[in-house]
Amino acid sequence: MIELEGVTFTHDGAQSPVLRDVDLRIDEGELALVAGRTGSGKSTLLGMVNGLTPQFTGGVMTGSVVIGGRTVRDHAPRELADLVGYVGQDPLAGFVTDVVEDELAYGMEQLGLDPQTMRRRVEETLDLLGIADLRNRALRSLSGGQQQRVAVGSVLTMHPRVLVLDEPTSALDPTAAEEVLATLARLVDDLGLTVVLAEHRMERVIPFADRLVVVEDGVVRTGEPRELLRDSPVAPPLVELGRLAGWEPLPLSVREARRAARELVLPEPKDPAPPTAVPLLTATGVTVTYGSKVAVRDVDLDVPAGRVIALMGRNGSGKSSLLWAVQGTGRRTSGTVDVGGIDTQDVSPARARDYVGLVPQTAADLLYLETVAMECAAADQQADAAAGTCRGLLDRFAPGVPDERHPRDLSEGQRLALVLAIVLTAAPPVLALDEPTRGLDYPGKQRLAAVLRDLAADGHGVVLATHDAEFVAIVADDAVVLAEGEVVSRGTAEQVLAESPAFAPQVSKVLGPQWLTVAAVAEAIR
Amino acid sequence: MTPRDLHPAAWWVWAVGLAAAASSTINPIILILVVAAACLVVVARRSEAPWAWSFRMYLYLGALIIVIRVFFRVVFGGSPDEVVLFSLPQIPLPDVAAGIELLGPVTRADVVVGLYDGLRLAAIVLCFGAANTLANPKRMLKSLPPALYEAGTAVVVALSVFPQLAESVVRVRRARHLRGDAGKGVGALRRIVLPVMEDALDRSMFLAAGMDARGYGRAGTASRTERLATGTFLIAGLVGVCIGFYSLLDATAPRLLAWPFIALGVALAVGGFVSAGRRVQRTRYRPDPWRFAELATIGCGAVVAVAVMTASVPVAYPSFDVVPQVTVSVLVAVMIAVMPAFITPPPQEQG
Repeated sequence: MIELEGVTFTHDGAQSPVLRDVDLRIDEGELALVAGRTGSGKSTLLGMVNGLTPQFTGGVMTGSVVIGGRTVRDHAPRELADLVGYVGQDPLAGFVTDVVEDELAYGMEQLGLDPQTMRRRVEETLDLLGIADLRNRALRSLSGGQQQRVAVGSVLTMHPRVLVLDEPTSALDPTAAEEVLATLARLVDDLGLTVVLAEHRMERVIPFADRLVVVEDGVVRTGEPRELLRDSPVAPPLVELGRLAGWEPLPLSVREARRAARELVLPEPKDPAPPTAVPLLTATGVTVTYGSKVAVRDVDLDVPAGRVIALMGRNGSGKSSLLWAVQGTGRRTSGTVDVGGIDTQDVSPARARDYVGLVPQTAADLLYLETVAMECAAADQQADAAAGTCRGLLDRFAPGVPDERHPRDLSEGQRLALVLAIVLTAAPPVLALDEPTRGLDYPGKQRLAAVLRDLAADGHGVVLATHDAEFVAIVADDAVVLAEGEVVSRGTAEQVLAESPAFAPQVSKVLGPQWLTVAAVAEAIR
Repeated sequence: MTPRDLHPAAWWVWAVGLAAAASSTINPIILILVVAAACLVVVARRSEAPWAWSFRMYLYLGALIIVIRVFFRVVFGGSPDEVVLFSLPQIPLPDVAAGIELLGPVTRADVVVGLYDGLRLAAIVLCFGAANTLANPKRMLKSLPPALYEAGTAVVVALSVFPQLAESVVRVRRARHLRGDAGKGVGALRRIVLPVMEDALDRSMFLAAGMDARGYGRAGTASRTERLATGTFLIAGLVGVCIGFYSLLDATAPRLLAWPFIALGVALAVGGFVSAGRRVQRTRYRPDPWRFAELATIGCGAVVAVAVMTASVPVAYPSFDVVPQVTVSVLVAVMIAVMPAFITPPPQEQG
């Protein structure tokens, strides 16, 4: 179905190609999972399937790409629309119309199908994806999971034979991601579609992937998932556990791992040190309302020195609102926040950041200058810090970021480190982060976790909002779960994660609630 | 009546009828009646959709127009009338500006004429506001002839960019505070505009890629000669219409050039549209039907336009010093203009 032969791709102005001499063959009806580090060229590879690379990315491509007998070189993406359906990362950014039903019909209108067929396919697709009750809803009012399913539906109505999805769940909470991926699995079974999928949450897709495509340093390898995962640069925790314990064959699902784990004998984990630190920040009865909508209702939060606290909950549960309200810049309807004897709402935003530093969800919003050096200098000046403070912090978080580089050209992880450095230049005792793991791969998350642990060890109090359970497992001491703006559970990360079926990390699903991370298991074995 | 959305074009024609009526009179009673008719229909038939809640903004705009109009009349004055309401100290101007009076005595005519004028402009604005409120702008663009489809889609996309831009600005402004940047002054504007523009650019590239991947702009089957013919038709039509309108408005031009050329130009343009539309392989999903209610709505708009345009001069343009009069025919016409509030089906509920 999809055949790439000797494909090499070089970005405009780049010295070396992103992808070198790629030979790839994906047969009809297969589900292929594309894995690799962030920035390794996954999206570039996916774009080749319908010609978005190089038509929309620029750059030079050599070699041949043949999809269903049509060469991509001779066709613009629009001419392949009936053959290849493409769904991007951010569904909202790709929507053309504003209502679900119109969005589903849009592609068919372009193909010039007759009205009866269009009507029938829209109804079929609504049922297939379980979104029939959303048909008249405005696209912007849908939840992330619903939006992504509509995006999938909007290409399915064209009856493509190949479906290409570029990280369809990167912005979704675990439950919504599960929804979307389960839908995809059903499509492969029911419709015999060929699916090519890039996905950070590999653990959810691997059980039903027929083929794994690993992109690493410009080289593409492909094969059986079980074989390739032995040394893939990115691997889900389950596979890392399997590698560590030397299980053969490598387990791909939690069930397989549980069977293999029967022989694994682990010592009792040592009890974590009880929290003794005094709280740096005490928030009491925080309530945030937007009109008649209550985003956060009467929440208490303590952030002690030296601990990392994770706020969890599905999208829209009030995590971000709570962070912004506590920081003082966001809206707060009632409640008090006490940090170092002052309330963050009573001081100007410029002073509030001396008490609580916040890294927002789209961290790049904080950046506006042309070079890293200029950003750092501006940060020092804005915080009245000694020159070089910000640069020093940046070198600590991400060594070797060139001074003259434009912030937009940094990798996701480097950019986050830069924003973190800018925020911490004001030396706030408490650091808050809103969804910091977006766009980070497993190694990137490991590094961020190390930085945050380091800051906590220095006596900072860290609070972060996230729905990434695996990240919480490696970084957090305590966890607070929010739903509908209220606290539904709080306690140590072990307790909270193990209690919740949606948030339990893979390792604790296999080994029991006292084990959260592969690192903890590795230490215990050693 | 079964709820359904009326064809957006019907609302627009009706509103244009009302606006035409408003533009051909300064009689405040007729104008207020027309505005009242527009308001009544809007209240009765607007939907729950976001664009339907913008009508209040048009009302504010209308009020502002009247205030500005009267204000300018008071400042520049100069309408001769024996009734002086009050006197302001006149500001002497150099001889170059002879004929212009700044402040000075404010006459009854100043205020009344300003009021009439402002009311007329406000009424026209409100009529278009009503159309915007009643008709889904995106569905209106979807009803364009196939040849204009691509331009229409571009406008739809542009429309949806505005709320996104507003969102970006709010987000970036909040982020500025986190840097200890007060967000004021010219420098701050750059610091907000730059990330917002980057955001917008990223998003439009993304959208363009998405649209392309979904088949937007698939080439039709037209040959080179067909495309050439279509282009020729359209350009010739445009030239014809231009010549025609110029001759119509310029009294010294030969009459032969006026209406015949407009007719010829329109005919050529329609031919061009049809030929361009024929090669477009595109269909519409659930097009809005055109039924009796649409025709009736258009009729209502036409009736009021004709009735006011044909009203006698003392009725349509009353002097500032008499009480304006209204004829029965105009009253009946305005009553008819309100009819769409009752004879059209109620809008569909948004789920």
